[in-house]
Amino acid sequence: MPGKPRLRRGVRLTFDKVRDTHVLLFPEGVLVPNATAAAVLELCDGASDVDQIAARLGTRFRGVRAEDVTDVLARFEDRRVVEWT
Amino acid sequence: MDVTVEPPLGMLAELTHRCPLHCPYCSNPVELAAKRDELTTEQWLAVIEAARDLGVLQVHLSGGEPLLRPDLPELVSRASDLGCYVNLVTSGLGLTKPRLTDLAERGLAHVQLSVQGADAARADLIAGAKAHARKIDAAAVVHEVGLPLSVNVVLHRANHDQVGALIALAEQLGADRLELANTQYYGWALRNRTALMPTPGQLAAAEPIVRAAVERLRGRMEIVYVVADYYEKYPKPCMYGWGARQLTVAPNGDVLPCPAASVITTLPVENVRSRPLAEIWYESESFNAFRGEDWMRDPCRTCDFRARDFGGCRCQAFMLTGDASATDPVCSRSPDRSVVDGILAAEDAAVRSGGVPEFVMRTPTVVR
Repeated sequence: MPGKPRLRRGVRLTFDKVRDTHVLLFPEGVLVPNATAAAVLELCDGASDVDQIAARLGTRFRGVRAEDVTDVLARFEDRRVVEWT
Repeated sequence: MDVTVEPPLGMLAELTHRCPLHCPYCSNPVELAAKRDELTTEQWLAVIEAARDLGVLQVHLSGGEPLLRPDLPELVSRASDLGCYVNLVTSGLGLTKPRLTDLAERGLAHVQLSVQGADAARADLIAGAKAHARKIDAAAVVHEVGLPLSVNVVLHRANHDQVGALIALAEQLGADRLELANTQYYGWALRNRTALMPTPGQLAAAEPIVRAAVERLRGRMEIVYVVADYYEKYPKPCMYGWGARQLTVAPNGDVLPCPAASVITTLPVENVRSRPLAEIWYESESFNAFRGEDWMRDPCRTCDFRARDFGGCRCQAFMLTGDASATDPVCSRSPDRSVVDGILAAEDAAVRSGGVPEFVMRTPTVVR
C-alpha cells in the first residue's frame, strides 16, 4: 500500500465521555472504532508510513505487525475515513 | 415496552424558518415559526449543552437559513468546544469569506450547500430568487477556507433531466460529497406533489447516469442518491427507526423525532422550554410512540424486513392513511399501497393530458 495514511478532510477522531469510547465523526456518520483501531488512527498524521506506525504501536502493545496495521487502515479506507498521501 | 433506548447521535437544530429562497419542494411545515417565537441565544446554547450531555455528537445547524441568525458564531463555538461535529446546512446566501473564516476558526467542520439546478436560469426559477450565482461564489469560499463541502440537490420533475449536469457542477465546485435526493413529500412539498413528481421515464434515464458517475468518481466525490420512494417496492428505513439516532429541534424549541413529525397531529409535541431534553428523549410519549416493534401491525409485525426498514416512515403513513401506526403505504405489502398507486396514476394522467399544475412557491406563512 502506497504512502502515508491520514484522516480524510472533514473526518475527526475524538473521545466521547458519554459513551466512554473513541468516535470517528464525519459529515453524515459516526463510527465507533475499537481500542486497537483508535490507537492506529491516532497515529495517522500523514507523515508516518505503516512501518513507523507499527513501530510506535509496538511500544504500547505487544506483537504488532505492519500487516495488522495495513488491514485496519484498509477497512477505514473503504469507509472513506482514511486516505493516503 | 421492552426497548433499549440508545443515546442520540445527531441533532438537527433548525435555528430559524426564515429563508431567502422559495423552493416549492420545501419540506418545512406549511405553517412556519415566526421570528419572535424563535429560541434565544441563551436557550439554543442550553439546548446544545443538553444535547451533548445526552450523547449527541453531530450538530447540524440548519433552518431555513441559519446564517440569518446573528448568534450563529456563538452556537458553532459552543457545539464545537463540547466536542461535537458541527455541520452548517445553508443556501449559501450570505456566506462571505470573513464569516466562514470565523466559523471555521470556531470549529465548524463541514458545509452542506443546497443547489437547485445545473444552470442559473433553471436554478433561479426553482429557488424563486436570484441565488445560483451566489451559491457558486459560496462554494468557492468554502474551498478557499479549506472546509469539506457537500452539495445537496433535491430532485423533481423540473430538474431531473439535469442529473448529469448537476454531477458535473458538483465536481466543478470541488464537492467532496453530492447528495442527489428525490423530493420527499412533506410540509410544503406535499402541496406541489403533482408538479414535483418525476416521471418513470426521468427516473429510468437518471439511473445509469448516476451509476456511471458513482464508479467514475469513486475516491474523489461520494455520490449519495436518494430514490423516489413512491415508485419503490419497499419503504425507506426512515430515520433508521423512530427516536433511534437523531432528534430535531424546531426554531420555536419543539423537539421532534424527525423533521416532519409535527404533521402527526395525534402525538403531543414536546418543547425544550417546558421539559428537559433528556427526559423528552427517554420518557416522552412522542419519542416512545414508535420505538421498537410493539407498535407494529400486520403486515409489519411478522415481516422479515421489519428490522431493516422499521415499517418505513410514520409521517407518510399518517399523511396517506390517517394512521401513524400503519405500514408505510409505499410498501408493496401494505394494504394501503393502492393509495400510492392511485397518486402515481393521477400524476401520470396529469402529465399525459398536459394538466400538470404550476409550482406553488414557498411563502413565509407564519403561525400567528
